[in-house]
Amino acid sequence: MTLDLLRFTTAGSVDDGKSTLIGRLLYDAEQVYEDQLEHVAQASQRRGGEGALDLALLTDGLRAEREQGITIDVAYRYFATAKRRFIIADCPGHQQYTRNMVTGASTADVAVVLIDARRGVLEQSKRHAFISALLGIPEMVVAINKMDLVDHSQARFEELVEEFEGFAAKLNGHGRAITYIPMSALNGDNVVERSPRMQWYDGPVLLELLEEVEVAYDHPYDKPARFPVQWVIRPASGTLTGDYRAYAGQLASGALRRGDEVAVLPSGGRTRVAAIDTYDGELEEAMAPMSFALRLEDELDVSRGELICHPDESPTVTRELEADVCWMAQEPMRPGGRYLIKHTSRNATAVVDRIGEVVDVHTLERDAPPAELQLNDIARVRLRTSAPLVLDPYTSNRRTGSFILIDEASNGTVGAGMITEAI
Amino acid sequence: MRPQLSHLRALESEAIHVMREVAAEFERPVLLFSGGKDSIVLLRLAEKAFRPAPFPFPLMHVDTGHNFPEVIEFRDRRVEELGERLIVASVQESIDSGRAVEETGPRASRNRLQTVTLLDAIAEHGFDAAFGGARRDEERARAKERVFSFRDDFGQWDPKNQRPELWNLYNGRIRKGENVRVFPLSNWTELDVWEYIDQEQLEVPSIYFAHERKVFSRDGMLYAWRPGTELIDGEEVFDDTVRYRTVGDMSCTGGVRSEASTLAEVVLEIAATRVTERGETRADDKVTEAAMEDRKKAGYF
Repeated sequence: MTLDLLRFTTAGSVDDGKSTLIGRLLYDAEQVYEDQLEHVAQASQRRGGEGALDLALLTDGLRAEREQGITIDVAYRYFATAKRRFIIADCPGHQQYTRNMVTGASTADVAVVLIDARRGVLEQSKRHAFISALLGIPEMVVAINKMDLVDHSQARFEELVEEFEGFAAKLNGHGRAITYIPMSALNGDNVVERSPRMQWYDGPVLLELLEEVEVAYDHPYDKPARFPVQWVIRPASGTLTGDYRAYAGQLASGALRRGDEVAVLPSGGRTRVAAIDTYDGELEEAMAPMSFALRLEDELDVSRGELICHPDESPTVTRELEADVCWMAQEPMRPGGRYLIKHTSRNATAVVDRIGEVVDVHTLERDAPPAELQLNDIARVRLRTSAPLVLDPYTSNRRTGSFILIDEASNGTVGAGMITEAI
Repeated sequence: MRPQLSHLRALESEAIHVMREVAAEFERPVLLFSGGKDSIVLLRLAEKAFRPAPFPFPLMHVDTGHNFPEVIEFRDRRVEELGERLIVASVQESIDSGRAVEETGPRASRNRLQTVTLLDAIAEHGFDAAFGGARRDEERARAKERVFSFRDDFGQWDPKNQRPELWNLYNGRIRKGENVRVFPLSNWTELDVWEYIDQEQLEVPSIYFAHERKVFSRDGMLYAWRPGTELIDGEEVFDDTVRYRTVGDMSCTGGVRSEASTLAEVVLEIAATRVTERGETRADDKVTEAAMEDRKKAGYF
């Protein structure tokens, strides 16, 4: 379906021309404000540029990033065309900042993977593609940049497409088509404007693709309803609305209607939806990702962390699960380790039962289980939890299939998990 | 055609989700309400998240004492309408008690001093989470900030070591003395905010609309003149028709020439503008290349 608001990621380093690409996209789409342009012009001059605007400077956020010419953390940028609104999650490509790339990729609809036409498919591009696939980003675009430095050669472009296809065949959830676009962000070829120098290319230019792409999301009607309860709305007794009790949350997927029979998990109660309340009045029907409050026909014990769904489309209730975990802390994950797990609106303690095969990002092969999981490693991990979780596999539901792990001593977010199966 | 959520409804729903997470996972949250457009939107989102119950947190305004009187009048009226509790943390009191030292000269501003008052108030009331109306499209350091922005016990932001923030799972775990700044409007743009105000028909302070006032021109901006304003040689006070795009201190917030006198006209003006809101109106960001980053590291919003 066509989204009104499209979120996409880019990743790579300044060397790949990523910042230039974003700068070009914003500039050619006339989304750069005069004061920002003035700032770039001044900074370009300070850096000894000879009159030409260094569009990469548009995206540099932090002092340290400008100094080192690298991206350390995700920067979010916003622009709109007549057709759509866009949120760019501009991610770092360096391995040491993988956790920040994962942050940006987790909510994206489209991944734009950059390749330098001279240097070929390098590690950063592979990592971005792999993480994008792992995190279930529905669409992937490969931007083969710096075509001006390879004489706009169709042969070189096709060679790189072939090389990337060989790699992509092994990606998670492969099967959807990848779009390849030859471009020169520096000269503005095939970013917003079609290039006169690559007439052999008849596919979409980048902005056109971003405006038109039909994200392969299922419509809420096609998915089972998942409503994690976040908060119980219950005014103090004795007031006018004293008997009011409603369960507030954001519908993670699917749709709910007044009168629907529903189950409350993991406690297992059954009842019907008495009303769907919003500040703007009652609704007959609500669909994801709306926030609202449900009133139920029967008095059940429902609190934060319970999940409301249709009884014939229940998720799994389990205390044991397997997941692909991306490890994000210096301190390694070890078998037997205990962490706080945050899943939908539910918190529990998780114990690492087993660390399984680890993924080699270069070859996409799964290597033998390591003794412990190091920073930026991604491995299949088996966890046991102190309380039951109500979950779906990540591939069928990004919201009920994902969790984070928190170190109880440092309070840091140390792991991101994508559930592969309940055990 | 199957129904679909508009982008404003999607942003609204995301923000309501964030607010409820904070209410559920923190012990003493607070919502910062300045009377400005972004925090006006926050209040409507809080109504949508928690009504018919009262808000599970008080409101707080860090009052520099240099605010536009129209804004303070609006602030108090809005709080009264909502029937919620407002805490006013006063920069003047921080100065009087010696916690903060007033800048002097014609360019003096209380912008930096706000941080002292804010951190003191957070400590005094034991707040562990504070909602702010900041948006990522405002400024390049803000573009980098998480929705849950962790601050240590000095209120400091460490931009090179932010917690990963995946999906809609927010880690609000902190130790005593630390706090989290929460930005439900992270993904909104200035235009989204105005379109939302128009959609919800929210009242905003009158200075957001075109009006005539006494101004003087400095560094390419039009500042409000009031009795006691120190002028620099050559500056003259004149009448002009302006409106404000942001509501900050009178001393560092510039007005823009405008004829927009209704919400619909403001929306059109913002949609067509070629200058960012902070670039056009805020002197506090023009000090250095990384002015906002530096202030945030020191505990500012």
